[in-house]
Amino acid sequence: MGLAYKLPDMSIEATRNVASLLRLVIIFLIAGAAISSRLFAVVRHESIIHEFDPWFNFRATKVLAKDGYYRFWNWFDPTAWYPLGRAAGGTVYPGLMVTSGLIHDFLKSIHIPVDIRNICVLLAPAFSGMTAWATYMFTATMKDDAAGLLAAAFIGIAPGYISRSVAGSYDNEAIAIFLLMMTFYLWIKAMKEGSAMWGTACALFYFYMVAAWGGYVFITNMIPLHVFVLILMGRYNAKLYVAYSSWYAVGTLASMQVPFVGFLPVRTSEHMAALGVFGLLQLVAFVELVRSHVPSQQFKLLLRGFIVVIFASAFGALVALTYGGYVAPWAGRFYSLWDTGYAKKHIPIIASVSEHQPPAWPAFFFDLEMLIFLFPAGVYLLFRELRDEHVFVIIYSVMASYFASVMVRLMLTLTPVVCVTAAITISSLLETYLDPKEPDTSEASVQELTEDSIRLRPSKNKKSGGKSQQQLGVPANSPAPSNVHNFKGVSESAGVFGLDTRLLVSLYTLILLLVFVLHCTFVTSTAYSSPSVVLASRNPDGSQHIIDDFREAYYWLRQNTPVDSKVMSWWDYGYQIAGMADRPTLVDNNTWNNTHIATVGKAMSSPEDKAYPILKKHDVDYVLIIFGGLLGFSGDDINKYLWMIRIAQGVWPNEIREADFFTPQGQYKIDDGATPTMKNSLMFKMSYYRFHELFGGRPGMDRVRGSPTVSTPPTLDILDEAFTSENWIVRIYQVKKDDPLGRDIPWANSFNAGKRRKKLPPATAPKGKKTSKKA
Amino acid sequence: MSSKAPPRTSSSSNKQNPLQTLLEAYSQDTPLKLKMIDAFLVFLILSGVMQFAYAILVTSFPFNSFIAGFASTVGQFVLAASLRIQANPENGKTFTKISPERAFGDFLFSSVILHFFVVNFLG
Repeated sequence: MGLAYKLPDMSIEATRNVASLLRLVIIFLIAGAAISSRLFAVVRHESIIHEFDPWFNFRATKVLAKDGYYRFWNWFDPTAWYPLGRAAGGTVYPGLMVTSGLIHDFLKSIHIPVDIRNICVLLAPAFSGMTAWATYMFTATMKDDAAGLLAAAFIGIAPGYISRSVAGSYDNEAIAIFLLMMTFYLWIKAMKEGSAMWGTACALFYFYMVAAWGGYVFITNMIPLHVFVLILMGRYNAKLYVAYSSWYAVGTLASMQVPFVGFLPVRTSEHMAALGVFGLLQLVAFVELVRSHVPSQQFKLLLRGFIVVIFASAFGALVALTYGGYVAPWAGRFYSLWDTGYAKKHIPIIASVSEHQPPAWPAFFFDLEMLIFLFPAGVYLLFRELRDEHVFVIIYSVMASYFASVMVRLMLTLTPVVCVTAAITISSLLETYLDPKEPDTSEASVQELTEDSIRLRPSKNKKSGGKSQQQLGVPANSPAPSNVHNFKGVSESAGVFGLDTRLLVSLYTLILLLVFVLHCTFVTSTAYSSPSVVLASRNPDGSQHIIDDFREAYYWLRQNTPVDSKVMSWWDYGYQIAGMADRPTLVDNNTWNNTHIATVGKAMSSPEDKAYPILKKHDVDYVLIIFGGLLGFSGDDINKYLWMIRIAQGVWPNEIREADFFTPQGQYKIDDGATPTMKNSLMFKMSYYRFHELFGGRPGMDRVRGSPTVSTPPTLDILDEAFTSENWIVRIYQVKKDDPLGRDIPWANSFNAGKRRKKLPPATAPKGKKTSKKA
Repeated sequence: MSSKAPPRTSSSSNKQNPLQTLLEAYSQDTPLKLKMIDAFLVFLILSGVMQFAYAILVTSFPFNSFIAGFASTVGQFVLAASLRIQANPENGKTFTKISPERAFGDFLFSSVILHFFVVNFLG
């Protein structure tokens, strides 16, 4: 029993103290790395909220900070969804806002007054540090502290999680992943100890999770699935009953306190698995109790049958209730995870979001680098040991992998389990190769081995005919390595010989880990740290050029229009308009009313005479569109136009037809080959209005579509151009008032221009008095 | 208990009604404290059944009140059942970390949390 290298001589207490000090330091360093790697966007640009959804969260948090919790709870927002309004307090997961509100109050009470915006911007990095800690705790219960620290380091910098939690990304996911890991950790702890207290603590964190993110449904189905699989494996024990029952009883009631969730836990199919397993567990526990009193073989069988019958009839009852309409079936958003073609066919608004597409293979490697191929190895290692808690990680791996492969967005829930299993792999590898203990190689065992090999060898060697080899081999006392391995497997556990192998494997693993850090930093810096509000490009000399058209236009709206003027735009920009321009909008990113969105889509895709009554009926004052044709900004409204048409077609199939917007060859064109429907539609006219003037009257070149535009400039009768931003990205049009003489507007326009009514060629229609402002 | 149980049941189960065997075994083997918990459990079942029957037969109109009341009986039932399991001396080797006193503390903690949510949800 030799040692490959010498360990420092220390007493057990000293070792323990040093280990715990190291643990503390490592955790803090990981938290520091997690926080600082998320600050690229703040350092490069400024401390602002990114993307679209966070703007609503930010606005709601401002309401909470200004008016207090009670007012926030009952907040009705009359400016969103203009004619309808939105009862925001009851249709939002309030966990995120309340968290930052509490931090705000706390900092104020200790006399560190921080602007609520900075708290919102920096909330996600702060919570990522806590996520690292929660992952450490979770993994430590799966294997040991070493694996826990590795997992914490992985999740601290893994791009799959960073993409959702950079500074400025004030979204629900920012705190949700921490709560997810914490809930899972407490569940494992409750299950291992069989303690009602930990079960209740798990329920409390579950409550926090429900209040924070709609992804709580994942937990509601993961924990019952774990219990169910354990029961099927015959691993039921009393601890499981205690942990699950206390979690379910407290957690379900707690989750119903969130107004947005309400009675869903008793009414919808997503929550029925938890209820079913709860019932099953009661039965199993009862049967176990009875069995402890009457241990007769027939009786056991009878009771087993009893469980199966009750379970089957309960399942049947559930199916009947679902068909009868008492229990709501799966919501479309969840159902589309199973039937992946469902959303595209029936709910275009779900399919239109780019996050809801399935990812390609490179996305997995891009977001998780080497973790993605250590992940299956970790699952395999867990299978070999297979304690009760390992079953949880295995189920989690399978489910999360499936969901992540269906929807890009769910890469986020996959990342934690990948970090955990990859950490188990790496730590098992290092454990084997850093362990200084050499396998038993005393003379006796070698002698025994060689004797065994001699006994086996002759038959082999006679075939090869080399007797001299045999005579040489035995006295030299060096059996072939492969033979040693074969025998070692029988006699004792395998091990590693010598320093060279150890060094080689450890160094290689170290390089792997270092490259992982490089990859993560690179990906975070280049791909995930750009605020979509500000577009940055590089000049040829390397200096940065900032394109700030969005805020330019939103602030124009804020400063130059009446406070109550309604702005119509596609729903993507609803939250940003409400947040930055502070004007009422017709639709926004909370897509709760599909018909209303379809109305906007219809107005955008109709010709002017049909669009005008729609705009008038909804009191629209300004229409805002995004046009990237001049700058090559690809996420503009012409590229989203087909989705507007599809969504409008879903509601008015007779008036809006997608096929009308395609050429007979089936092409989506914007040049002279475009169909009349396309050329006359409001969106097309708004996008290319006055675009020719930039090119001296010739057809302009659209840099996104890579094609010239129509040769006859489009005209607008019902709208006035009110504002166009510097790079023509945001264009705002004002809806004309009704004609004072009661004429219809095209006629009035042509009359003002001195034309006769009959002839109204669109090419010569006047521009009227343009008060447009153009930089 | 398990050591003395098999001979008796194996001799009697063939002749007697299994339910009777069960009742006898229960009244003989169960400690008094557990029987007390069982009485509480029976009370909770009765309370829950009555509430449920009222909701079915008469009305479940303030649905949140019904849910709160029913969930309080169900929750209290499972918490008390957990206490019974943990405090059962037979399960001593399953629950290595939890003494009966600790189990009672857990029960109190969980019940307080549960009833906080119940009262909040009653409306």
